[in-house]
Amino acid sequence: MNMGKKDEDSGDSGLFYHIDKSTVLQEARAFNETPINPRKCRLILTKIVFLLYQSEVFQTKEATETFFSITKLFQAQDIPLRQMVYLLIKELSTIAEDVIMVTSSLMRDMTGKSDVIYRANAIRALARITDSSMLATIERPLKQFIVDKQPNVSSGALVSSLHLFNANKEAVRRWANEVQEACNSKGAITQYHALGLLYQIRQHDRMAVIKLVQNYSKGSLRSPLAYCMLIRYACKIMEDEEPGSRSLYDLLEGWLRHKHDMVVYEAARAICNLRDVSSTELFPAVSALQLMLVNHKPTLRFAAIRTLNKLALTHPAAVFPCNLDMENLITDPNRSVATFAITTLLKTGNEASVDRLMKQITGFMNEISDEFKIIVIEAIRSLCLKFPAKQSLMLNFLSNVLRDEGGYEYKRAIVEAIFDIVHHIPESKEFALSHLCEFIEDCEFNKLAVRILHLLGTEGPKTPKASKYIRYIYNRVILENATVRAAAVTALARFAVNIPELRDRVKILLTRCLDDNEDEVRDRAIMYLRIIDSDDLCKRYVANESTFSWASLERNLVHYLNDQGAHSQAFDISSTPLVTKEQEYAETSRAITAAAELTSPTLRSAAAALGTSSAAVGQRAAPSSGDAQAGYAAAMEKIPQLSQLGPLFKSSSPVALTESETEYVVTAVKHIFTSHVVFQFDCRNTLNDSVLEKLNIVLKPIEDEGADELALETSIPIAQLVYDIPGTAYVVFRRADGTSPSAVFSSSLQYFVKDCDPNTGEVDEGEGYEDEYQIEDVELVVADYVLPSYVVDFRRNWEELGESAEVLETYQLTNVANIKAAVQNLLQILGMLAIDGTDNVPDKATTHTLLMSGVYVGGAKVLARCRMVIGGEGVTVEVAARCKDENVARTIVDAVC
Amino acid sequence: MGQLFSRMFSRLWGSKEVRILILGLDGAGKTTILYRFQIGEVVTTIPTVGFNVETVTYKNIKFQVWDLGGQTSIRPYWRCYYANTDAIIYVVDSQDRDRVGTSKEELAAMLEEEELRDAALLVLANKQDMEGAMSHTEVSEALGLTSLRNRTWTIYKCSAKTGEGLTDALDWLVNVVTGGKK
Repeated sequence: MNMGKKDEDSGDSGLFYHIDKSTVLQEARAFNETPINPRKCRLILTKIVFLLYQSEVFQTKEATETFFSITKLFQAQDIPLRQMVYLLIKELSTIAEDVIMVTSSLMRDMTGKSDVIYRANAIRALARITDSSMLATIERPLKQFIVDKQPNVSSGALVSSLHLFNANKEAVRRWANEVQEACNSKGAITQYHALGLLYQIRQHDRMAVIKLVQNYSKGSLRSPLAYCMLIRYACKIMEDEEPGSRSLYDLLEGWLRHKHDMVVYEAARAICNLRDVSSTELFPAVSALQLMLVNHKPTLRFAAIRTLNKLALTHPAAVFPCNLDMENLITDPNRSVATFAITTLLKTGNEASVDRLMKQITGFMNEISDEFKIIVIEAIRSLCLKFPAKQSLMLNFLSNVLRDEGGYEYKRAIVEAIFDIVHHIPESKEFALSHLCEFIEDCEFNKLAVRILHLLGTEGPKTPKASKYIRYIYNRVILENATVRAAAVTALARFAVNIPELRDRVKILLTRCLDDNEDEVRDRAIMYLRIIDSDDLCKRYVANESTFSWASLERNLVHYLNDQGAHSQAFDISSTPLVTKEQEYAETSRAITAAAELTSPTLRSAAAALGTSSAAVGQRAAPSSGDAQAGYAAAMEKIPQLSQLGPLFKSSSPVALTESETEYVVTAVKHIFTSHVVFQFDCRNTLNDSVLEKLNIVLKPIEDEGADELALETSIPIAQLVYDIPGTAYVVFRRADGTSPSAVFSSSLQYFVKDCDPNTGEVDEGEGYEDEYQIEDVELVVADYVLPSYVVDFRRNWEELGESAEVLETYQLTNVANIKAAVQNLLQILGMLAIDGTDNVPDKATTHTLLMSGVYVGGAKVLARCRMVIGGEGVTVEVAARCKDENVARTIVDAVC
Repeated sequence: MGQLFSRMFSRLWGSKEVRILILGLDGAGKTTILYRFQIGEVVTTIPTVGFNVETVTYKNIKFQVWDLGGQTSIRPYWRCYYANTDAIIYVVDSQDRDRVGTSKEELAAMLEEEELRDAALLVLANKQDMEGAMSHTEVSEALGLTSLRNRTWTIYKCSAKTGEGLTDALDWLVNVVTGGKK
């Protein structure tokens, strides 16, 4: 035979290098030979598996043919060949037809003598080829194998049952007794598999799962993996519990003293991930993790530090005791561990330790990859914002790393960090700008150079020694490519506009730019030279601080381009809402923070992913509120009556006005425009035998002072509301000038009902009859007029507004039991954003200060400080609000009562 | 031709495996016969979904015996295993007079196959121990064996349960594959 030659060839390293499906399938003819050459066939099978793993597509016909030729290999008794055959059967079972042909052969193999090694393999292959109609045939043997003496056979049967469970739950449930017996098997891995299956069988029975966890927690299990599973089940149980109660916490804590590291870590991580975990609860877990930080195994150190890093985001104080150990980890030979250590320290560190940390980081930066560097830079950015006093140290560090080698993403992270610092810490401005000036002297990234030039143009003129930047900027005009030159020209012009003393000199520089060989640069220079002397023009084109709302501008432009009829006229930009630079900045920084929150818990734990942890859902919901608003705005702009209302200030979150299982389900969203309020009613008809027509929402103000200031302008009905297809109605009120009234409306649906055929949806002839449907009242409250906004340094902003702008009242809140509830209440009533994490209240706090910030309709920034103390009946709150507009501050304070 | 060559080789080396298919309707007793050949015992069987393959050594000759399931759903796959077959053992349930017609059709269809042109045919009239079983001549007639041309064939009565007739049948097979009767 030519086998010898074949082996020589295959001895080459390129055995699987250039293999090709059709050639391999040709070779597979060897399966039909008698006698079979096991060695050769194994090699061919390996090649087929290799192809399958490389995602090579096998057509059903090819796969079926291959499958049938593989069945011929059952005549050979060679054990490794047989195992390879099982593997192929499993792989082909999803592609090929008639795979049940091997059922008998597999049954024979698995019932064979007990010392045959491949029994478990046969069981696993059999489970794959069996569909639920065939399950009855293999049920009895499988049940028997679950309790087989050999752990690997038992495991094979258990895992197969797990797979079968999805297709046929009822049958597998009948094996519960056998599975339970397997939990006490000698084999550790068998216990693990049995526990997994037992949970699958019982998972919908809460009490059964609790019993399961409690039963096996007593130490009867041998497998650490099984304990890890128990921990996850325990967490799952606690996730569904009422907030505050933790029935199984003691078990978790007990596992922290288990002899296996794996179990200890899993328990510690589970405790760290508990919802609203308290510091007392955290303490033992953090201590356990602290011990792991000094373990000799790098994986344990990594796991521990990563968990602590995540915990530090929410509970920096709890992680603080580990600081000393973490500092030692900075020099850890494993750079991933070191990076996590640094970033954790940056989160937990206090002002005093910053200097020392920064020194250590400097030495460390050269040794890690760009991705880790970015993480470090992000951490430093937030640290700097936390401790503004340390800004010069941080800036020095940032400018040093800016000079190092690095890719675009890394450099961008640094530059953005500096931008943020400039924006939030005015003292740093001059220093930071000069660093940036130096950087653009030698910057290989156009995008960054352009952004820096823009920043120089806006911030530079406001500094005392503005002239010194001009040299740097003009150097760019001489030395750079066209993109950067154009940006530099604009930056120069800003200096000329804002500083009259420099104007003549800048004009000379701009005049030189007129000879530039790039159109864009020349055009900009010409334009600026033209407008520079006219204050009026300057104001319009250069000093203008507002910009268009990008999302709506894009929408309008797309709309314009798609509408052929409109092309005879120029695009009307005035319909696009304007936003101030401040607002835009707030929006982007919110997006950044939201993104950071979402990405920071790298590799969300499997346990958290298993159950829908409510915390994760909450995090996701927050950033999406901005998106929801954009969605509403887009919908409303399509309606002529609504598109004229100007920019949308705020959309409230949806409020349900009916129970979810009534005939008609209605939710309301309130939109605040510059001088209008729009109520949006999303209605759904849950009756499949009726159609509602001309559905109108009728709002009647209930006796209230605010109602006078609202005048009904239009209401937009739903023409037809058919079964299960949502429709939207609007009611528009005009607000009297500059007012922001609160009011309550009683509301009802008015419509004509027509019957229809539930199956075809065909509407019966005739007028139908008029009807009315009462829904719950709609309230317009202060919170609807407040946009939550973020301030970096609450204290500074608070001081700047001064006491003169303050309104202060003290209230007794009798309807709340504790501080936590009071904080939730206040945030809801005022619709403002809690600052500095002051919405996190320690469990048994007796006093608390809540800081909030927001923007009131009309654009006034308002800050509020609520000091609370438990006393008497309920909670006493002193509410202080500061705003340039005293009326606004008054409204906010009054809203609390 | 190739068949002839390999047969010559097999006589020279004496170690070539003889490939045999056991076919027949479901419940005819194919699997029982297979294991009676192999281990000499009566085993409890369940309907064969697919096939069983075993090696049986008899009189120094290795038989590679394929026992294919006889259920209607599995019969179409018989043809996947026809290639290189030296002999077919066709098992008939002698008691099942109702389905002997079906059995005849299946046999006829099988013998039409080009790949089985050179295969010898051994018909086993099984379950002779049961009351009311057809005799082997009856079975032979019912299957229309007498009209077969260009085929080495024979029929034996047997009982897998008692073992009666199986040795004779095997002897005939040995004879055929070693070329004694051809």
